[in-house]
Amino acid sequence: MTAIDPTAHLTAEQIEELGRELDAIRDEVIAGRGEKDAAYIRKVISAQRKLELVSRGVLLFSIFPPAWLLGTAGLSVAKIMDNMEIGHNILHGQWDWMRDPKIHSTTWEWDHVSPADQWKHSHNELHHTYTNVIGKDNDLGYGIMRVDEDQKWHPFHLGQPLWNFINACFFEYGIAAYDLELGKNLHKRRRNNPEFRARAKAVGRKIRKQVLKDYVIHPLLSGPSFLPTLAATFTANLVRNLWSHSVIMCGHFPEGVQVFERRSIKGETRGQWYLRQMMGSANISGSKAMHFMTGNLSHQIEHHLFPDLPSNRYAEVAVKVRALFEKYELEYVTGPLPKQVFSAWHKVFRLSLPNKKPKVKTPDREQELVAA
Amino acid sequence: MTSTALRGRAWKLLEMVTTPLLPSDYLDLVSPLRAGADLRGRIEAVHPETSDAATVVIRPGRGWRGHTAGQYVRIGVDVDGVRLWRAYSITSPTNRQDGRVTITVKAIPDGKVSNHLVRRAKPGTLIQLDQPTGDFVLPQAKPAKVLYLTAGSGITPVMGMLRDTEFDDVVMVHCAPQPQDVIFRNELHDLVADKKLRLTEVHTDTDGMLDIARLDELVPDWAERETWACGPAGLLDAAEKHWSEHGVPERLHTERFRPSIVVAGDGGEVTFSATGKTVDADGATPLLDIGEEAGVLMPSGCRMGICFGCITPLKAGAVRDLRTGEITEAEAGVLIQTCVSAAAGPCDIDR
Repeated sequence: MTAIDPTAHLTAEQIEELGRELDAIRDEVIAGRGEKDAAYIRKVISAQRKLELVSRGVLLFSIFPPAWLLGTAGLSVAKIMDNMEIGHNILHGQWDWMRDPKIHSTTWEWDHVSPADQWKHSHNELHHTYTNVIGKDNDLGYGIMRVDEDQKWHPFHLGQPLWNFINACFFEYGIAAYDLELGKNLHKRRRNNPEFRARAKAVGRKIRKQVLKDYVIHPLLSGPSFLPTLAATFTANLVRNLWSHSVIMCGHFPEGVQVFERRSIKGETRGQWYLRQMMGSANISGSKAMHFMTGNLSHQIEHHLFPDLPSNRYAEVAVKVRALFEKYELEYVTGPLPKQVFSAWHKVFRLSLPNKKPKVKTPDREQELVAA
Repeated sequence: MTSTALRGRAWKLLEMVTTPLLPSDYLDLVSPLRAGADLRGRIEAVHPETSDAATVVIRPGRGWRGHTAGQYVRIGVDVDGVRLWRAYSITSPTNRQDGRVTITVKAIPDGKVSNHLVRRAKPGTLIQLDQPTGDFVLPQAKPAKVLYLTAGSGITPVMGMLRDTEFDDVVMVHCAPQPQDVIFRNELHDLVADKKLRLTEVHTDTDGMLDIARLDELVPDWAERETWACGPAGLLDAAEKHWSEHGVPERLHTERFRPSIVVAGDGGEVTFSATGKTVDADGATPLLDIGEEAGVLMPSGCRMGICFGCITPLKAGAVRDLRTGEITEAEAGVLIQTCVSAAAGPCDIDR
């Protein structure tokens, strides 16, 4: 947290006005949702399936290096599409309005070791509600890192650059463990909790299916290409993990992003909730292809303001949201991917060492509201 | 090993290949109408019938089991990207050579699906289908004399019957505002010319609504006829009363397109506990609509309280049956029809 609260210049009145303006942006998109949006997601899903099918087909001949390269690249992209633009967004309920049971948050399952329902709980309910609130939002360092000066330092954090790198390589397993709240639940007393055991079993089943498919069935189908195909699926999973980890780090960890005290969200109004999302997220700038490959999480700020709007609409929403940042003199944290990744990693290294406690806290909005 | 068991194993193996998706997710990309797929159909043509009615020709998927004349089919159509389900009577005969089925749709004011089908549906579009259903059908044994009493789009199931089965003595009384509003008018008049049908058209714009007592004058032997009636609730209510009063209620078969809603309850806060959503509902809107509006995945069927495709456990609270006003309270194992139930106070629905 920076020593100066970057929203201190806003009155309670202004914050509520900002909230109303954001509501209007949301209403406009919802009123205009329709056939084109539905066609978009169906097209993306169909393209992903075809790409995966073709890539896996090519990998049957992965013993030939060009086939290996082509198949691995295709499969990496297909897995990224599945997780980011398709899975993440469908599981947010962004497409539930279509009432298509095949493209619905309650029925969707993704190419990921964390079962969809567990991920929805930890991500949609906890992270999106308590974004960047220390002690509430476990996404802040995933329970293994310190990503803000206000988080307490522990000698364990000395190793956090390494933990972060390992987490990046096996990110889907990190997320599964995180969704299970493994750190908390592995304590003796909680370990035998039947609810936890049931969830752990579900993760076990999902991992078995995923591993069997990627590392046994498809390599076996490849016959003489068994080993190259095994290497290819491993590589594709690794690429997908590194990519999604980088994108997600850029969402909340770069310099300039604010975190919040538990105390500061007590009695939070709609406007204040919006403001916290605005200050607690960071975007990635880039081309259309770039936005697509991040599942439009490059529009992290817009996604956090409106998590259930269809992802294909974030680009147009971003223009209006950015204008509001300017109007209310707030910093819109954004930058190209390499810069943001560097910034996030820099923080991970910097905060692996202890720091002096900053003095100034977020003002207590509750009191201010009462005064207003 | 039997071939079914073998196929079962092969399918299991395929599922391991495609997990977390299903093999059918990939097959749907190339062959959505194949046997074994979810039942779908493809719109092949849309023929205008009147200024606000059109016949939609549908090629059903391989799983289509065929219909009985007079039955309806539920179709799921994407309108402005949103899947909406409605029931329409089948107007094609059961023995149509090319295997296509037709429904005939009249656009009703503010009707999202009917207006879409009549004015905007494009050949080539995939729609979702259910198997045909309904007991407004002809009996196995041919009755000697038949009366069809219809109004407006109520003619559609009867047209399915007329095209399907010939009777020796058929009379039809059909009501429509004006001559040009009579759906299938040319075909009906051809049947009359061939002496296969006696037809009375009541043009309500000039003649006024049909007074059921006029039947004695229009069809003197109506009480001897096996009668199929379909039209607005007013006509059907009057017919049911009339047939009962004359002691022949068993001769009358009716088909209602909409439930007649008699009681509006109090409404309340509705919780969809499986989805974790809570919304306020009034006492007149079916819980099915409330759930769908809130983005909850609600199973649905006929939307008129007859097919039980929408039944859902009621976990807590009470609901009111919109047709009868009857209150149902939550108990273990109580299922409600969400399409004809509204909130009677706060309630909890397991969706």
